[in-house]
Amino acid sequence: MVDITDKAKKYASVGYYPGCALEGTGNGYDVSTRAIAKKLGLGLREVSNWNCCGAMEVKNVDPKIQTYLSARVLSQAVNEDRMDVVMAPCNGCYHNLKKAEHDLAHDPKAIEVVEKLSTKAGHKAYKAGEAETIHALDWLKAAVGEEGLRERTKGKLAGLKIANYYGCMYVRPRHIFPEKDQGPDSESTSQPHFMDDLLAAAGAENVSFPLKTACCGGAHTLSDSDTSTKLVLNILQAAEASGAEVIATECPTCHTGLEMHQVRAEKRFGKKTNVKVLYFTQLLGLALGIGPRTLGIHTNISDAMDLIIEKRLT
Amino acid sequence: MPIHEKSLIRPENLKTHDSLVIEGVDVSGHWSTFIEPRVVTDYNENLEDEIAAMPGGDKIHRCWQCGSCTNACTVNAIEPRFNPRYWIYLIRTGMEAELLRDKDIIWQCVSCHKCTHICPRDVEPEGVMKATAHWLTMKGYTPPSPSHIFDEEFTHQIVRRGRIEDTEVLHNFLRKTKQPLLQDWLTAIAFAIGKRLPVKWGLKMAWAQIFKPRTRGWDKARVALEAYIHEVESERKAVIESHGRPPQQARAPMREAAE
Repeated sequence: MVDITDKAKKYASVGYYPGCALEGTGNGYDVSTRAIAKKLGLGLREVSNWNCCGAMEVKNVDPKIQTYLSARVLSQAVNEDRMDVVMAPCNGCYHNLKKAEHDLAHDPKAIEVVEKLSTKAGHKAYKAGEAETIHALDWLKAAVGEEGLRERTKGKLAGLKIANYYGCMYVRPRHIFPEKDQGPDSESTSQPHFMDDLLAAAGAENVSFPLKTACCGGAHTLSDSDTSTKLVLNILQAAEASGAEVIATECPTCHTGLEMHQVRAEKRFGKKTNVKVLYFTQLLGLALGIGPRTLGIHTNISDAMDLIIEKRLT
Repeated sequence: MPIHEKSLIRPENLKTHDSLVIEGVDVSGHWSTFIEPRVVTDYNENLEDEIAAMPGGDKIHRCWQCGSCTNACTVNAIEPRFNPRYWIYLIRTGMEAELLRDKDIIWQCVSCHKCTHICPRDVEPEGVMKATAHWLTMKGYTPPSPSHIFDEEFTHQIVRRGRIEDTEVLHNFLRKTKQPLLQDWLTAIAFAIGKRLPVKWGLKMAWAQIFKPRTRGWDKARVALEAYIHEVESERKAVIESHGRPPQQARAPMREAAE
């Protein structure tokens, strides 16, 4: 097991890969991540001249192209920026970088294609093990920790009932996350708890929520909207039934999906739900005393301002 | 053979007798249902090879038919006909005609990876679903599904510029699938959020639409990726053309003889 203080030191300054979603629809996640890093004195250095990781679509055209695109990002981080840790807050990016890492360690054909394409594209090919990919949850859990957050937030989220929603790409499939399911200090793929731990440290009351890793239908949010709406409605209703006032998210695709299909469920199926949707970084930002506008809360579709004022979180 | 689990058999293959006595034993009542005997002659012996050549399908041969994938499946829970275990069985046994009955729903896999996560044989059933949907379109059995159109639009943008821009993906997708841009729920979202956003944001979005986000020096990567896509697509076409028979001939070998 890695010494916890070593990890805190290692993650105090990390490479940052925002990805396309955080520059577009998921902008609130980007600004809130940067705002809490600043507040907590953590270093975030953006991977220079990055490209898309391949998202959820490119692999359906060819899985090896997705491996190449993700490997190009890691190559950029390692060879151009001299980074050894890359933090990706987006579940899709995080998943793809981890998948590329796994494939490049196990699949000779993947190595061959990545080497060929990298040479043609004029950059060094990324090799497995040159960098460590982590999620924003891994980063905060180790760099600040629950104790650190407890001290700095003084239980500011007290009385706020939260359902923690992790989605698919953060935990599945298990084989690309060898560090998970390794005992009590590691993340669990069946019962993830890092977000629960961080928000609890900030004083929030986490409700017992059975659909933490259910699917929101994000891949088909536009191409099969009715299926997505059904899946999202399930999650929203389960959160409300669990007594949650807010669903905390850690993925821009899930977050936007929950928000969009909350509106769509009401428009198309007449099913109204009132639970709010906020990025966990926005919630931690509020707990650290950062203003809602600085955290991009006004750019969310889900309007949580009334609740934030009611709970005295401004 | 009388059967008990009637829900597993398609209704047209079931035969129920009101009163039946076989070799002096009365088998009417609960045990009166039989599977209609049939002879299958139109196997596509290369079906498994064809699917294995598609993106994501290469591990299909590992399947042991345990059914964990279907048991874990997100889509199966809302559409019981969506059955990865069964489709893998049909593909591996070459039962193309049976598979084609479900051709219009196979693309609906939401890529939640529950199947790949749970699979004890590392089949990666999620990939097999995508491969099968790809194959259906390549063989001309289905028009490109909305999901297929979305994947291609998305990939095209990345290959061209290294990055994607949300509004362009949305706009091109709705145009290509012939859907109106002004969907009631999208306009409701735009109005709700528009009221709260500062002018700076509107300008930022307009900027992104005119000056698309791009990765610097991407040209060489674009050329390499275009060549690679061309190469793998040609390989897939070759597998289908050398192994598989065109759909009409597979269904009606008699006509080929007559011609």
